[in-house]
Amino acid sequence: MPLPAPIRSFLSEAGALARFTGRFFTQAFRPRYEFAEFTRQCYLVGYNSLPLVGLTAFIMGLVLTLQLRPSMVDYGVESELPAIVGISIVREIGPVITALIFAGKIGSSIGAELGSMKVTEQIDAMEVSGTNPFKYLVVTRVFAATLMLPVLVILGDGISLYGSYLGVNIRSTTSFNLFWSQVVNNLAFGDVLPAIVKSYFFGFAIGIIGCYKGYNSSKGTEGVGRSANSAVVVASVMVFVIDLLAVQVTDLLGLN
Amino acid sequence: MDTANTSEEPVLIIEHLYKSFGSNHVLVDFSLELAKGESVVVLGKSGSGKSVLIKCIIGLLEPDEGKIVMFGKNIPDIKNEELDMMRAKVGFLFQSNALYDSMTVRANLEFPLRRHWIKISQADVNTMVMEALKDVGLSHTVDMMPVELSGGMRKRIALARTLILKPDIILYDEPTTGLDPITAKGIIELMVQIQKKYNTTSLIISHDMECVRMAGNRVVMLIDGRCYANDTFERLQQYTDDKVKEFFE
Repeated sequence: MPLPAPIRSFLSEAGALARFTGRFFTQAFRPRYEFAEFTRQCYLVGYNSLPLVGLTAFIMGLVLTLQLRPSMVDYGVESELPAIVGISIVREIGPVITALIFAGKIGSSIGAELGSMKVTEQIDAMEVSGTNPFKYLVVTRVFAATLMLPVLVILGDGISLYGSYLGVNIRSTTSFNLFWSQVVNNLAFGDVLPAIVKSYFFGFAIGIIGCYKGYNSSKGTEGVGRSANSAVVVASVMVFVIDLLAVQVTDLLGLN
Repeated sequence: MDTANTSEEPVLIIEHLYKSFGSNHVLVDFSLELAKGESVVVLGKSGSGKSVLIKCIIGLLEPDEGKIVMFGKNIPDIKNEELDMMRAKVGFLFQSNALYDSMTVRANLEFPLRRHWIKISQADVNTMVMEALKDVGLSHTVDMMPVELSGGMRKRIALARTLILKPDIILYDEPTTGLDPITAKGIIELMVQIQKKYNTTSLIISHDMECVRMAGNRVVMLIDGRCYANDTFERLQQYTDDKVKEFFE
């Protein structure tokens, strides 16, 4: 009995994405290396995302603190608020929310940019100009996304904790040193390291999916819009799938 | 056009070329020879496989069968590195111009130079960029973005980018498509002028009869995937064959 069409389509798409990822690994570590384009992409992907990531991280830290506070007061553990917020942000909320914001901003932008380049023959023009477009466009963007997301997560966590500090100080008075020492003293190696490591995987998934969708765009401008849209949707889902796998792995390693 | 400095030495030989997409047989036993300095127009209806032919020549598509010998080497057989080196000697003007949207005109023109000639100095790059822009009469656009240019200007910039490596062969894919008749005439005149100045060999894909008449020493009619007729524009006009006559009515 043949498989239903949606399952066939899903499997075919998954296979094509796996082949695309395989092509990335075969080309990424062979010369010619596109350092200039990689640096430019790091700036575009990382630095340009910082204001958005910073703003959302600040609001997230502030809101989380304000919403947790009443329950903590009810249980008489208000003093533990910095520790709870710190662990939540560093371990889970920071990496996942930053990755979702990143998927929305960078995944869609990569998908639309490469899609537009594909339908207007710019990728062909690059090939004719003696450039390997896969290396120049895909490898640089995927590396930039992979390396920049953890940096954004760390900065986002810091900004988020500052938002939390301000949130704590709305209803009570806590010095920054006290708040900070409570956060740091309650964070373990097993909280920080898995969060940073999974951010690399989030960044890689967002980069490779954005590039795959854009690079395989077709059907003119309509296809470009579809590539950008599906890059965000698939990358966001992949963030949660990777997060789920990361929890299992850290559990197996005894880091939970 | 009758002033080209042609010689007998073929720089491009296409022999028994086949290319299909599924059950759609686009090129069927297509053959063609192009001598140095010659300007040949491949004329055919939309969807007849003209762009597929030109993309097979430059190595963007792989033919199913047949030979494409350029500068003595069969394109489908050579390795990527060698193909890249060969592409430095071949200019390609895309139908859509294919200018890089995110780069200025200067960066668009510098791109092929920097890729092919890694050790070139910035002073030489600047000189070559300005020379290519001067050839197409658009020196003042050097720091503009492609989006700020009109359709005709973009075509000229694309032509400047094609010219910048001083190619031996230029492949033009529908150079006048999407342009008004006056701008199109300007582009054709520019193509003719460039060919005279640099004595390049040109292969022009078109269905624009004005372009065919003005730019080609010879016209090859691509019908049903084959080389249906191969003659001068004037002689083809005298043909009584219905499929050929159709283009001149």
